[in-house]
Amino acid sequence: MTKVIKVENLSKAYQLGDFGTGTISRDLERYWARVRGKEDPFLKIGELNDRTQKGTSDIVWSLRDLNFEVERGDAVGIIGRNGAGKSTLLKILSRVTSPTVGTVKIKGRVASLLEVGTGFHPELTGRENIYLNGAILGMRKAEIKRKFDEIVDFAGVDRYIDTPVKRYSSGMYVRLAFAVAANLEAEILVVDEVLAVGDAEFQKKCLGKMGDVSKGEGKTVLFVSHNMGSVRQLCDKGILLTNGEIAFTGKTEAAIKNYMNSSLDPKSGIIAIGTLTDTIKIKSVTVNGSPLDVAVTPKDEINVCIKYQCLKYLQGFRISLTLFKDGVRVLTVQDLEESIPIEPGYYRSDIKLQSYFLRPGTYSVAVGGHNTNHTNFSLGNVEWFFVTDISSFEVLEEWSSQYDFNNLGIINLPNTSGVRTATGSDD
Amino acid sequence: MDKPEEEIWDIEISPRNNLLDLKLKDVWHYRDLLVLLVRRDFVAFYKQTVLGPLWFFLQPLATIVLFNFVFANIAKISTGSIPPPVFYLAGTIIWNYFSDCLTKTSTVFKDNSAMLGKVYFPRLIMPLSIVLSNLIRFAVQFLLFLLLMVIYSIQGYPIHPNFYLLLFPVLIVLIAALGLGLGMMISAVTTKYRDLTFVVSFAVPLLMYTTTVIYPLTTAQAKYPKYSWLIKYNPITVVIETFRKGFLGEGSFNWGLLGFAAGATIIIVFIGTIIFNRVEKNFVDTV
Repeated sequence: MTKVIKVENLSKAYQLGDFGTGTISRDLERYWARVRGKEDPFLKIGELNDRTQKGTSDIVWSLRDLNFEVERGDAVGIIGRNGAGKSTLLKILSRVTSPTVGTVKIKGRVASLLEVGTGFHPELTGRENIYLNGAILGMRKAEIKRKFDEIVDFAGVDRYIDTPVKRYSSGMYVRLAFAVAANLEAEILVVDEVLAVGDAEFQKKCLGKMGDVSKGEGKTVLFVSHNMGSVRQLCDKGILLTNGEIAFTGKTEAAIKNYMNSSLDPKSGIIAIGTLTDTIKIKSVTVNGSPLDVAVTPKDEINVCIKYQCLKYLQGFRISLTLFKDGVRVLTVQDLEESIPIEPGYYRSDIKLQSYFLRPGTYSVAVGGHNTNHTNFSLGNVEWFFVTDISSFEVLEEWSSQYDFNNLGIINLPNTSGVRTATGSDD
Repeated sequence: MDKPEEEIWDIEISPRNNLLDLKLKDVWHYRDLLVLLVRRDFVAFYKQTVLGPLWFFLQPLATIVLFNFVFANIAKISTGSIPPPVFYLAGTIIWNYFSDCLTKTSTVFKDNSAMLGKVYFPRLIMPLSIVLSNLIRFAVQFLLFLLLMVIYSIQGYPIHPNFYLLLFPVLIVLIAALGLGLGMMISAVTTKYRDLTFVVSFAVPLLMYTTTVIYPLTTAQAKYPKYSWLIKYNPITVVIETFRKGFLGEGSFNWGLLGFAAGATIIIVFIGTIIFNRVEKNFVDTV
């Protein structure tokens, strides 16, 4: 096998905070150090990118000392929590920004899809935008011409090809944009979570296309996603990033398992906020027995089991469970009807949900706790804590008469068992 | 000795590049993009306007009407034997081309950060597309100039085009390169410190008065014999004067000055490109 990407000692530092009058003197200082051939004085004090810790320096290492190689035809999933450095890595690989230290060596052309539809101009027609977008992504005009029919066909926007894209529906817009990118002639494809757009059907089509690209055409794919289902489906290798460092490389399954196990590790970047963060310690959160990314069908019950430790007596306390989908808070439920006293010790709360009222997709689980009752009356001061992104699960598409494909929306209700009655007249 | 195949890499991404590596080969590969960007600018400019490309004419026309009123009639600044409108238009279209290239290039990173932050292409394409888009605009305005020239010579004014107008292509390259080079230098600073954008927005219109847009160089030399060298050695003055000499038959021209202007321009573009290439690598983090 030939190596097509070789990453050596790759690090990237970012400066936090504002640029203002203070930065110019520092810039001069850094410049002076460089002129004298000394090490950059501000990079020495940089620290790892751990958002949970209040830092002492405003230089953070978004990536620190990465070393890995990718071979031709590999499909590599890059996983990790928000802020682990995945996007920074992709930005460096696609040459949007450059590393602070280290090198990346690449064989062949890189097509990066950090966003779909980069450079689309609303006033231009679909046809003109295909050419413009293709050229931005590095294709020659002749190449685009050759692929043109394929692109239009893939996007399914034949009728609108000579209409300005500002008249497109957002779905059509995204489909056209992805179609251009998917038909790129490049040896290496770098893809950020652009698949989080479009409807489920189109997402599947995109995943399928990317699968073809890596398996059939022998191209190399680097794929960043939070959706473990897609990573599992598409990738044969995985790189797990934690706070800018490589925590694991190897087979996809092993990387995902590692990721799940690390999810409750305090170093993994989970943030607990609130007044009770030192009183209540979440030990584990599982959905149907698994910490992350369980798939459930609409017929299944969802059992969320939260194990936690209480470190001091509280006059009133109950656990709350929140589900997010695509950043939208879908619902919140409590484990008890009212807050009741809690003694120090170990506990577990089980919360059962019916999955049929959730539409298909990936749900992120957040867990909190507080001392208020159902009228929002608290015993003493309001005390609470909240931890987001602690677990996740996926609701699968298993259509039935009670789980109808056409019942579009945020939540799902079974069809009413109504009867159609012929009324004869219009009153 | 050949390296083994394993060690041949197409792309090497590292913190710093060789300063003199201008990546012109890369730019050549993306030439189709350049054309498409120019086309996009042009189409987007007149979409949903009633007058469309006519706007290209209206701006210089309004300018020379006003200049004629203020400088020729009220201030009575002589334009020699050339009728003031043609005289002003010659200076204005060249100055506008320069200042458009300069101001647009100086904020190129800021204006296009959404696109440049998501995909790689040689960043040099962006300022080049600005220069070419404005060239189309210049061409339209140049037609207006020719029209005015013909009208006035039919009326018997002393307008004498001569062989110096063969220098026209050189003048266009010079003025575009000046705007591009200075713009690229400024763009490097504005990505991190926006202060300079404010300076550009008020200084560029003022700078026009230090070139010979509204007066002939001979007038300046007569009034300020000591300081007129500042105006004389301004490369933009050289371009405007040579342009007037070639098309209208009146203007100060000498080969030495033109050579000086060309030399200065080459240095400015070279330094500008080096600075630009240096900044493009990391501007995403600071813009």
